Amino acid sequence: MAWIDVCDAEDIELEDVIRFDHAGRTFAIYRDLEGQVFATDGLCTHEQVHLADGLVMDDTIECPKHNGRFNYQTGEALRAPVCVNLATYPARLNGARIEIEVS
Amino acid sequence: MNIAANHTAKRDYSLTGPESAHAVAAGLASADWYHSDLPRKEMKALMRRSDQQADRDTVLWFALLILTGGAGAFLWGSWAAVPFFLAYGVLYGSVCDSRWHECGHGTAFKTTWKNDVVYHIASFMVMRNPIAWRWSHARHHTDTIIVGRDPEIAVMRPPEMALLALKFFGLPSAVYDLRALLRNAWGRLSDDEGDFIPEAEQGKAVFWARVHMAIYCGAVLWAVLAWSILPLMLIGGPRLYGCWHMVMMGLIQHGGLAEDVLDHRLNSRTVYINPISRWLYWNMNYHVEHHMFPMVPYHALPALHARIKDDLPAPNRSIADAYRDMIGALLRQRKEPGYAIRPVLPSTARPYREELHDVDIARES
Ligand code: FES
Repeated sequence: MAWIDVCDAEDIELEDVIRFDHAGRTFAIYRDLEGQVFATDGLCTHEQVHLADGLVMDDTIECPKHNGRFNYQTGEALRAPVCVNLATYPARLNGARIEIEVS
Repeated sequence: MNIAANHTAKRDYSLTGPESAHAVAAGLASADWYHSDLPRKEMKALMRRSDQQADRDTVLWFALLILTGGAGAFLWGSWAAVPFFLAYGVLYGSVCDSRWHECGHGTAFKTTWKNDVVYHIASFMVMRNPIAWRWSHARHHTDTIIVGRDPEIAVMRPPEMALLALKFFGLPSAVYDLRALLRNAWGRLSDDEGDFIPEAEQGKAVFWARVHMAIYCGAVLWAVLAWSILPLMLIGGPRLYGCWHMVMMGLIQHGGLAEDVLDHRLNSRTVYINPISRWLYWNMNYHVEHHMFPMVPYHALPALHARIKDDLPAPNRSIADAYRDMIGALLRQRKEPGYAIRPVLPSTARPYREELHDVDIARES
């Protein structure tokens, strides 16, 4: 496991998400309204759609394709058509930088 | 791959037949679709949810249903009841479709339970199994008008004009929908339903079908005991006598346009319509925009349209204009099923990416 540098915290608006590609994988990196950071797999578990084009509302991310919803803090699938939970990863602020821990 | 243009026989629109395998082999299933460019900031503003407008629209909807249905029932037996039932029919049998649709997407209200409650009520009114149709509609968005993949293709080729005309009276669609509910209530799913409803959700589809059928049985029993069709004029009947507006708007969403393409500008239609129809239909006349960005709630579709219209074909100017357009194409498709309207893009639009869909569409003359 290693901490990977992602971006400046300021690069993500509060209550928003960006896509982060690393080592052939794709992740979604979130900031909530308080500025806390979170990371999940970048692709929806329903179909292979990037969640970074979706909508962050409170602690949920809504997929842009069929409006399925996950809790991006726990990965829990909340609304059909998503049924399979989303993988989450540890994320932290290191100074002004966001880092995520991936294997 | 050139499926649409090369055949003249009726295509197989089932989800388990050879067309489905063709679509997968051609890369048309779960494919990447064309999207107009929009900066993330603007997109976020357009996607923003709110309860305000849907609260207001829903209170008004239920108030009108109670008012017109109540007046119709009160005046039952006299001609004075007719205008009330004409209005009640549309409010029940047509408006349910747009409420089902928007609440199914979960975009109408910000509050989840409000979307869910209205979704279930509207599903009942439109005679759709709320679980089966949620999955069917997800597939419609993944594979819009891809033959063998999309379960919601309203106009199959070659088009049968008499059948399309019957749709305005809910036939045979309401019969099919009722039969599907009965089958589901019996604990069985069709092959197509088995294809798009995941196993874990199939039990819920059976449960809700039983709830719907129990209410319909109650209404029939009430009608028999009262020896009057009034209960069925209020429950279930409007799906036949009031569905014309839903059908009128539904047919022009995709009718006469391309099959098997990956650009909603080629297979969907945006139409400028009157404000009453827009309220009844919750702005789904902005259909290209809806398919490109299903995250945008109905009340923000006019703003989305204004923002991306330079990248889209010019909308039809009215419902009549859309029908002129569509009927001409449908008549031609009776003899030439591979024909589809190719909407003309403005010079400001990014061109159709032919490599996305190597389908030979006849050009508009
Ligand atoms: S692809 Fe995410 S909900 Fe369907």
